Amino acid sequence: MDSNFRREIIVDNASNPFHKEKKDKDFITANTHNESCIDNIDLYVKVQDDKIVDAYFDGEACAITTSATSIMLKNIIGKSLDEARSIMKEYYKMLNEEEYKEDMLGELNAYSNISKQPSRLKCARLPFETLEKTFHIYETEK
Amino acid sequence: MNREDFLMFENNPDLIYFDNGATTFKPKRVIDKINDYYTKYTANAHRGDYDISLKVDKEYEETREVVQGFINSESPNEIVFTKGTTDSLNMIIFGFMRYYLKSGDEVLITKAEHASNVLPWFELEKELGIVVKFIPLTEEYKVTLDNIKKVVTEKTKVISLAHVTNVIGDIRPIKEISKYAHDNNMLMVLDGAQSVPHIKTDVKDLDVDFLAFSGHKMLGPTGIGVLYGKLKYLEVMHPLEFGGGMNSRFESTKELEYKELPLRLEAGTQNIEGVLGLKEAILYLEEIGLDKIHEHEAGLREYLIKRLEEVDNVEVYNPKSESGLVIFNLEGIFAEDTSRYLNHYNICVRAGNHCTKMVKDEIKVKNTCRISLYLYNTKEEIDKLIEVLKESKNIYNIIL
Ligand SMILES: Cc1ncc(COP(=O)(O)O)c(C=O)c1O
Repeated sequence: MDSNFRREIIVDNASNPFHKEKKDKDFITANTHNESCIDNIDLYVKVQDDKIVDAYFDGEACAITTSATSIMLKNIIGKSLDEARSIMKEYYKMLNEEEYKEDMLGELNAYSNISKQPSRLKCARLPFETLEKTFHIYETEK
Repeated sequence: MNREDFLMFENNPDLIYFDNGATTFKPKRVIDKINDYYTKYTANAHRGDYDISLKVDKEYEETREVVQGFINSESPNEIVFTKGTTDSLNMIIFGFMRYYLKSGDEVLITKAEHASNVLPWFELEKELGIVVKFIPLTEEYKVTLDNIKKVVTEKTKVISLAHVTNVIGDIRPIKEISKYAHDNNMLMVLDGAQSVPHIKTDVKDLDVDFLAFSGHKMLGPTGIGVLYGKLKYLEVMHPLEFGGGMNSRFESTKELEYKELPLRLEAGTQNIEGVLGLKEAILYLEEIGLDKIHEHEAGLREYLIKRLEEVDNVEVYNPKSESGLVIFNLEGIFAEDTSRYLNHYNICVRAGNHCTKMVKDEIKVKNTCRISLYLYNTKEEIDKLIEVLKESKNIYNIIL
């Protein structure tokens, strides 16, 4: 991906995010609460039989976090928790500049050189860290 | 003005520092003083009767008098050195209010207060069963006596407010509020973190019962602050720390006696470099004159507001506040993205909710960029900011 294309994906998702809508009933909710930045996003995930059947988010955050959340949701809806976690694993590998499976990440590849800006790395990680929180809630309540 | 006194500018010629509400640069004089203490007369204060210790002791106590004069208090015994505003407020609330208030008593604050003037009260509410209530703010986010009267009841015992808030920057009518408080059997606590560095604060004229402020926001070192309290209240204040420096004697029979004010409230070896540095900072501010500093800031603020109007996509949330504090957003851009963009041009502004997490209930925007000015800021710096904001259409090319 060249840098213009990467930027275009991020800006598109930040300005017109996918599934940005407040939800409450029937969704597992987790917040991005984080010591080091002011991003504040609620993630709403609906899981049935270990499968993510629907997911939304709402709140205020920087362009990186907002866009990464939007893209993450597009990628995980309809997937099993295991499949979502495999995506997460590849994504973290990419952020850490390790070998990773590019074809598993789709638009998430837009963040492939974010490690050049260490202060933005945590913004890029935030959506998945929050997703993991919702999985944890699901698994402990199951 | 006086930029040549600040080594930060010499070492960072391109830096534009607009975050003085968070902390300030130190004039050479303050740094030299601390350096002298560590290179020429390092010793503990109050102890030892050799020359350098006496010198330290003398300068430490002189600072108390300098602070006393600076805020026009009655006696140096009303001045207690602390770690900063947060520490001072905690001492007021847990060392005094904890014993003064009882279950059901009410304390008035606002949703625009800094966390340090909120959380200790919330804790005391849990502990004692006092009730913390919020004074409603006007449409311009101001505190008025009329609004205070709306929430006062017979049980209201304390009003605790910032003189200048750290988000909205309005100057509250403290003298009027204090008078009302005292006429109605209430105490007045003043958070001076954002005001003492910028406007003349006269505790006698304002007639506040307690005042808290920080050295680092007024050109002094970090880790030093002041607690002022009227003598009759400090006299019954309970120390939160016990140990060396604050006792006059103790026996194995557990008989003990604590020192007089203010030493009773200063346990342990104090932040001596901080105290000595604070003295230089105050003397420096007094030499320039707070009136002149305030005038300079007011002029800059007016210029800033006027020039921000030239930028199409800027929204200013507090155009009418009187202090050198301006909060804004670029339309459709998250505050933290804006601050990162400005950082690219060496312009430091603060993004966030500025430790007043409840203010979002009032101004409906959760996060903003804050510019806070001080004596060394210039019109040229504002021109540069405006130039950069006008180019902000390409913000994502810069920050992504
Ligand atoms: C209004 C107000 N009160 C209290 C504080 C706390 O000051 P400190 O961190 O120096 O204790 C601040 C600092 O930001 C402030 O702006």
